[in-house]
Amino acid sequence: MNFMDKWKTKLQHLPTQASIYTLFVVVTALSVYFLDKSVVAFLLLLGSLLLLYFTSFKNSVKWAVGGILLFIVIPFATSGGLAHESYMEVATQCGIYIAMALGLNIVVGFAGLLDLGFVAFFAIGAYTYAIFATPQANNFISGQLFPLSGSSFWLFILIGGFVAALFGVLLGLPVLRVKGDYLAIVTLGFGEIIRIIFNNMEKPINITNGAMGLSSIQPPNLFGLKFTFPHQFYFIVVGILVIVIFTVRRLEHSKMGRSWKAIRENEIAAQSMGIPLIRTKLTAFAVGASFSGMMGVVFAAKQTFIDPTSFTLLESITILVMVILGGMGSVPGVILGAALVTILNLQVLTELTNWLNQLTMNGTISIPNALSPSKMQRFIFGAILVCIAIFRPNGLIVAKNRKVDAEQLKAERSHTPVPVGQSTGQSGGVAK
Amino acid sequence: MLYLFCGFYIHKRGFNMISEILQTLPQVLVDGLTLGAVYAVVAIGYTMVYGILEFINFAHGEIFMTGAFVGTSTLLIFNTAGLLSGMPGWVAYILILVTAMLFTGLMGVGIERVAYRPLRKAPKLITLISAIGVSFLLQDIVRFIADLKTGSFLVTGISLYNENVKIKTSSIWDSFDDAFLKTNSIIVLAVAVLLMIGLDIFINRTKWGVAMRAVAQDRETASLMSINVNKVIALTFFIGSALGGGTGVLFAQQYGTIDPYIGFILGLKAFTAAVLGGIGNVRGAMFGGLFIGVLEMFSAANLGIITSGNFGGEYKDVVAFIILITILIFKPEGLFGRAVKEKV
Repeated sequence: MNFMDKWKTKLQHLPTQASIYTLFVVVTALSVYFLDKSVVAFLLLLGSLLLLYFTSFKNSVKWAVGGILLFIVIPFATSGGLAHESYMEVATQCGIYIAMALGLNIVVGFAGLLDLGFVAFFAIGAYTYAIFATPQANNFISGQLFPLSGSSFWLFILIGGFVAALFGVLLGLPVLRVKGDYLAIVTLGFGEIIRIIFNNMEKPINITNGAMGLSSIQPPNLFGLKFTFPHQFYFIVVGILVIVIFTVRRLEHSKMGRSWKAIRENEIAAQSMGIPLIRTKLTAFAVGASFSGMMGVVFAAKQTFIDPTSFTLLESITILVMVILGGMGSVPGVILGAALVTILNLQVLTELTNWLNQLTMNGTISIPNALSPSKMQRFIFGAILVCIAIFRPNGLIVAKNRKVDAEQLKAERSHTPVPVGQSTGQSGGVAK
Repeated sequence: MLYLFCGFYIHKRGFNMISEILQTLPQVLVDGLTLGAVYAVVAIGYTMVYGILEFINFAHGEIFMTGAFVGTSTLLIFNTAGLLSGMPGWVAYILILVTAMLFTGLMGVGIERVAYRPLRKAPKLITLISAIGVSFLLQDIVRFIADLKTGSFLVTGISLYNENVKIKTSSIWDSFDDAFLKTNSIIVLAVAVLLMIGLDIFINRTKWGVAMRAVAQDRETASLMSINVNKVIALTFFIGSALGGGTGVLFAQQYGTIDPYIGFILGLKAFTAAVLGGIGNVRGAMFGGLFIGVLEMFSAANLGIITSGNFGGEYKDVVAFIILITILIFKPEGLFGRAVKEKV
């Protein structure tokens, strides 16, 4: 016991932490760089970001180190071996899902509105870009203007986000009267309706090309540089992700963020405290949807092909699993949850399946094809949902509310009298 | 002149449309009522659980699906054991129905015990998430058992009653075409009606039914009146799930091929039916089911005709969802339900 305490105090010592952390990053980065294909090393390298969260550095230091890791260390370390593109693909997908999970977290985690059709907004973003970046739009806009060139992609990130937000409001308006379980069902229906419509919109006017999907979507183009490989998309995704995370963190503690949480806790009580119910809920829907829409645009450009099968209910549930696993309302938790589920989906399950296939071929054991791990997504997601609900309803990283010390706040107020107009911005300061 | 012509044309088109719709109407009604009977019985399961626990048992659609698989596999086992040729069809039918109902009933009780009871005091959102989890688990467990045994998750069973009967509806009114009816449809309707009547008597006339209604009304007061609330809830799950599983067998017999994913969308439509009839209201759920069934068949057959080919039968699910959303927004208490005031 004494021994443990000793270690604990030693670990709290900042220089020790810093040196251990640097050592960890250097070792994992080097092993990713020099080993041909080592999933474990790559996962540990990504894990260094999680480790960073648990260190006791100052926030600004954490952000800076995180930025260096994301923009320099990870792209460089993975560029060593043959598996460069597959590592980057995983990292890019992680980024896309993290942004979506953060969007859903605003709706489910902050505002407490269970949305089971969230992938619809992702689909809307993806189709917004895909329709105009292929000759498809010529079917209903005359003049043979399309496909738009890849340099319009950057504008479309915003347009995609905006269109998705618009649909978020459109969905939000009618369902404002619906609560709890009913809301879940209605959003689920909405998600299915959007998918069915995309699947059948080849007549009367061919807008989405129906079940055949849209192919050869223009890749993004920045001053002549074409983005086609995952390691290029990685930077776009990380760029958007940084903006998304920053926005979410700012929103969480803003007046709007506190209103969302108030509505989550008790709608009627929140309303009687003067929170405009309609506007607050609609904003939650719109902001959440816009993140998803932006990533939809990136997804369409990255895949260069989309069809309605990418936007099924399973996808919506996957995003929900990310939020629930990480912890509803907890930004670092949701990021962790999204990364875990994506890596599980893309890397762990495939690796496990390959390994089991290998064993089966060698005749060591015989696993029937029906039990191959890559088919077990639903089982795993179901088990995660039930276990989290029963044993850890707050998720892996529990959401923390910012604490406000009333005494200190009063003291600050009395020392520096502020004009009425400015005082609103300063309420809710940080205190230990 | 042109106007006249146009008017005549539109009139003629409208007339054609109506006569086309009328022609298929008997068939639509027959198919719709059969499907509606399935929806109605599944809807009862949703309504019963909602009435007592105030939460949507998301896994109910999957219980229905499990029932379909249990029934079909029991039948296949009978067949390989050579028992099927020796017994009359109705005996086999009753046997698989009872097996499936017992199995799903017990499964429902188990699910309630494991996944819902620990969460009874938790926020609603958490219970709902647990239910979604259970529904995914069931889908995959059934998928890999089916895959393991047959090599594919699509399973085609043996139909016990497969003759087609022609109903001479054209003799009633000559605008109608004749309708065809599977003998199995009659069984579906008859069993569904029997189950519903049985349930209605059970709820309204027996001691346990009184206990159930009491718990639905006020759980705490009921427990003070020496009603064992846990037992009543378990019983509710047993009955609701058994009804769902039994309907699964009917469904598998009617439509032949089943897969592990039939439960979800069907469950959603049955839920729509429950909401339409006023959730918590058993008789309302019966009506809602029949209504949704007929409407779905009607839109599958006639949506293309009405919109002159622009939107075909593939939008039939959209119609059901739009109804669900419209009811929830404008009349959330349903057609036969009571509005509930919410308090802080």
